[in-house]
Amino acid sequence: MNKLSRRKLITTGLAATAGASGLVVADKLAQSKGLIPPDAGGLFGAGETLTYAAQRLLTRHSMAREFPRSEISKVPFVNGPPPKDDAFLKLQAGGFADWRLTVDGLVAHPAALSLADIKSYPSRSHITHLACEEGWSYIAEWTGAPLSHVLELVGVLPQAKYVVYFAIDQNWDSIDMADALHPQTLISYGLNGADLPVGNGGPLRMRLPRQLGYKNVKYITRLTLTDDLKKFGKGLGSAAPEEGYAWYAGI
Amino acid sequence: MEGYLAAKTQLTGPNLPKSSDFQAQEPMTTLQPRPNSPLFALYSAFGFLNSCYDTEMADSVWVSSSLQAVAAETVPPRHTALVRITHWLTVLAFLALLITGVEILISHPRFYWGEAGNVNMPPLFKIPIPASRSTVPTGYGYVLPDQNGWSRYLHFQAAWLAVLTGLLYASYGFLSGHFRRNLLPPAAGLSWRSLSAVIAGHLRFKRLSDAEAASYNVLQRLTYLAVIFVLFPLVIWTGLAMSPAIASVFPGLVSVLGGQQSARTIHFFVSLLLFLFLLVHVMMISLAGFTNRMRAMLTGRINSNKEPHS
Repeated sequence: MNKLSRRKLITTGLAATAGASGLVVADKLAQSKGLIPPDAGGLFGAGETLTYAAQRLLTRHSMAREFPRSEISKVPFVNGPPPKDDAFLKLQAGGFADWRLTVDGLVAHPAALSLADIKSYPSRSHITHLACEEGWSYIAEWTGAPLSHVLELVGVLPQAKYVVYFAIDQNWDSIDMADALHPQTLISYGLNGADLPVGNGGPLRMRLPRQLGYKNVKYITRLTLTDDLKKFGKGLGSAAPEEGYAWYAGI
Repeated sequence: MEGYLAAKTQLTGPNLPKSSDFQAQEPMTTLQPRPNSPLFALYSAFGFLNSCYDTEMADSVWVSSSLQAVAAETVPPRHTALVRITHWLTVLAFLALLITGVEILISHPRFYWGEAGNVNMPPLFKIPIPASRSTVPTGYGYVLPDQNGWSRYLHFQAAWLAVLTGLLYASYGFLSGHFRRNLLPPAAGLSWRSLSAVIAGHLRFKRLSDAEAASYNVLQRLTYLAVIFVLFPLVIWTGLAMSPAIASVFPGLVSVLGGQQSARTIHFFVSLLLFLFLLVHVMMISLAGFTNRMRAMLTGRINSNKEPHS
């Protein structure tokens, strides 16, 4: 350190101060723009926040890649068996006619939608890639009602920041409004031109092609709009972080 | 007195480059940004680290014959502070990426080519190990514990550390001239004759002279350049290409590689090459003198006379 001059000390000091205040400003900005994931605390919070913030800034309006019909995988992979409990089996025996998707929380008109209701809405299909965090994937055509349409019907209150979704098998997850209002996010009920098979999440599955498989929760029965994910479970935004998996699964 | 000491060190010190080394080097004409450009601020910041520790800067003082300026105790370090810090941060990040990468791999030890791939499709190849998922047919009668949760968290956190460290190192490398002077092989070294001489020396496990230990030979330079400018960018690219969100913004990143599963397969092979580099790197350091090389990368000093040549 023999050549440490006063000018260099001042320059370094200024740079360090600018860096530190930059971090504080960045944190404030990230909080207000909703760039902090619910699982930001803990050992891996820094990496998780960087990933979510960077991807959210980049992907607010981007569209998942859609493929030609020729790219559809021959067999859409079924990962694990469907629920075996009586409630599900009874609904299945009735052709899911009594299946309900309740929508509540920060909405003007809470609703309980039947499968027929959801199928009566304008539908959208996309041929997209579904990738599992394990490494496997398949391409299929998904059909459903855009979640944005359902949210429009129930009238989302302006303070809502997240859509929390619950499945009949106790699984639950949540997405931010950027993903909830994204045109490719579907309450899906169709796969490759037929009813969504039970093995792939039928009768209703949340389908968001810009995130990995486990965010695409099967057998959904309830949507809740909220301004605070701390009110649910352990406050980590979904069942996944409680099992050690990240809330945000865009990567 | 200082001049005398410095001159004496030059004559007797084992660590200093010989005068013949300088003839091969081109004169110091490092490209500097304009003083009022934003790059200049960055350049000055690096210059601060440089002037305290950098070999090359010390060399330039030496060459300009202001011998007195260099006191005996300021033996130019083998590696600058920035190179040392970024080296160890990369070690930390790479080991974390490697371990968690293996953990993630064993949840589906099959590889495919194209966009999609799963157990209903023929793999490009399989790795004959048990898996951490019961849905993968491996031929083993048991399933390994699932470690993907923390592995994925740590994999991406370490990837951020590696990328940010890499950006810092690369900016420094370009602005300070580190790449040009220390890693770009001299034109003469790229001739077949000189290359084969270095390779032959390696094959015979010939011990390096002190002068060689103070700099990189052409084979080392080419390897480091390949790791820094080919393997690391490629492993980052293929990693990002697996992200469905990134693919929605930059679809070309995936399609150029042949698809998401192709990206995963390339990611695996590039990681394998990086792991191979790590093994050879550590092996060469052990052969060349582990203590000395570690000291050089930890403190910047080399002290070759303290380690007896066998």
